[in-house]
Amino acid sequence: MSTAPLLRRPFLRRQALPGRGLALGVTLMWLGGFILIPLAALALRPWEKGLPAIWEVLTEPRVLAGFRLSFGASALAALIAAPLGLLLAWVITRYRFPGRRSLDALIDLPFALPTAVAGLAMTAIFANNGWVGSLLEGWFGWKIAFTPAGVVVALVFVSLPFIARTVEPVLRDLPREAEEAAATLGATRLQTIRRVVLPALLPALITGFGLGFARAVGEYGSVIFIAGNMPMVSEILPLLIVVKLEQFDYAGAAAIGLAMLLAAFLILLALNLLQHGLRRGRP
Amino acid sequence: MREATRDPTWLSAGLIGLAVLIALVVLVLPLAAVFTEALRRGWEPAWEAITDPDAISAMYLTLLVAAIAVPVNTIGGIAGAWAVARCDFPGRRLLVTLIELPFSVSPVISGLVYVLLFGAQGYFGPWLQAHDIQILFALPGLVLATIFVTFPFVARTLIPLMQEQGQAEEEAALTLGANTAQILWHVTLPKIRWALLAGILLCNARAMGEFGAVAVVSGHIRGETNTMPLHVEILYNEYQFVGAFAVAALLALLGLVTLGAKTALELLSRQRMGGHA
Repeated sequence: MSTAPLLRRPFLRRQALPGRGLALGVTLMWLGGFILIPLAALALRPWEKGLPAIWEVLTEPRVLAGFRLSFGASALAALIAAPLGLLLAWVITRYRFPGRRSLDALIDLPFALPTAVAGLAMTAIFANNGWVGSLLEGWFGWKIAFTPAGVVVALVFVSLPFIARTVEPVLRDLPREAEEAAATLGATRLQTIRRVVLPALLPALITGFGLGFARAVGEYGSVIFIAGNMPMVSEILPLLIVVKLEQFDYAGAAAIGLAMLLAAFLILLALNLLQHGLRRGRP
Repeated sequence: MREATRDPTWLSAGLIGLAVLIALVVLVLPLAAVFTEALRRGWEPAWEAITDPDAISAMYLTLLVAAIAVPVNTIGGIAGAWAVARCDFPGRRLLVTLIELPFSVSPVISGLVYVLLFGAQGYFGPWLQAHDIQILFALPGLVLATIFVTFPFVARTLIPLMQEQGQAEEEAALTLGANTAQILWHVTLPKIRWALLAGILLCNARAMGEFGAVAVVSGHIRGETNTMPLHVEILYNEYQFVGAFAVAALLALLGLVTLGAKTALELLSRQRMGGHA
């Protein structure tokens, strides 16, 4: 009895505006033709020689080293970028100072700068005769360019705006009343920031971390110039896909690509669950 | 007024100083390095590198690829935003997720998927070869890979705006007898034009600057399938550093102009809405 009204409700409600068929048709052709069919090829290709062949590719020492470097360097880079991005977001939302607008626009630079240009620039700066590289090598004996550290540096640049731009709107909409209440209850400014503001920002920080991390794992152009690309040491996964393609090992390349996508997806899912837990845990 | 939540001066000044320092080191320094390296031996070698026939043909190819890919994603993006924000059907959330999917796919994988389809050993490879159709290592492959990586830009800027604006004005136009094309052209597009322009600009900047996806499908044939970012890589690998940085500086200018235009558009649309920063 109770389901009767539900059944009578038409599957597609009558539309106020026309053009649904056309808009949906164009959208689905565009999405299907350019994205879904090609991705289906990626999902199908690795299986042609069976699961053992996939396992063999993914457990090659060079590929395993690539997984460690790509995921490790991306996580480290997003961890370094998180406080930097938080600081930038804090400063442009909370303070008024000359140059604020320029700083705000500058945060998007890694989005707008072609990746190959960023890669070239990083290499020039961090090479042992570059502006920063020569200082670091002279003072501490650190080598950045053409080592895994160079990969991390390039990925910090790439993931920084994701964190700043995810935290910024949350910070802007944070009700001032909570901070005022903390202050009236006798908290110092630093206590308020640590106990009231930062916990409220944590979910956004985690989202930003996830976005920056996911982008960093797939990044190619900014990394390959500075990485040096030494087998087993500084080869990232996207480069290994290119290497496999150059050897005409399509199935191997597809296997690495698919595994990369799945691993990134699982990590994002875990971060999402963590964030959900954090939201639930708060009153 | 807001005394209780105002940060002490030493703290705010310190944080601003630190933020500016970080921005200078992480963001401005790379940009400065590109232009310094390009002009290391003066204007002449840089100018020669930019006006080299291979560089010119790379620029031409980059413009051509963007001129095809950007309109495709603009039309698709408008249709997608209209479908999501103006129509009611089950699975709208899923559609938005799928439209944004290319952003979470590595550029190299964006190129790889087309190699798997159209490469010599790809699913359609033998058929294409039998009919003498060249997709990979030619213009169509570059365009397809570019469409993939720039796919979400326009739709993504339009969807939240169109959802927020609502459809009361479109419905009014409909009751006054306007047809779909008239509603789109005279009502919807004027309402979204600044956001649309911003989306197209970002899409274009990425299309012209894309490296990973086109590197996989291009085949690196000098003067034929080399876009500007790929030309930068070739020059760099041949130790022609001034040339590589000169072409890179041109690409960096493209990024800077895009950034400036986007900021200006945001200010413009904010003023239109009567609000302020």
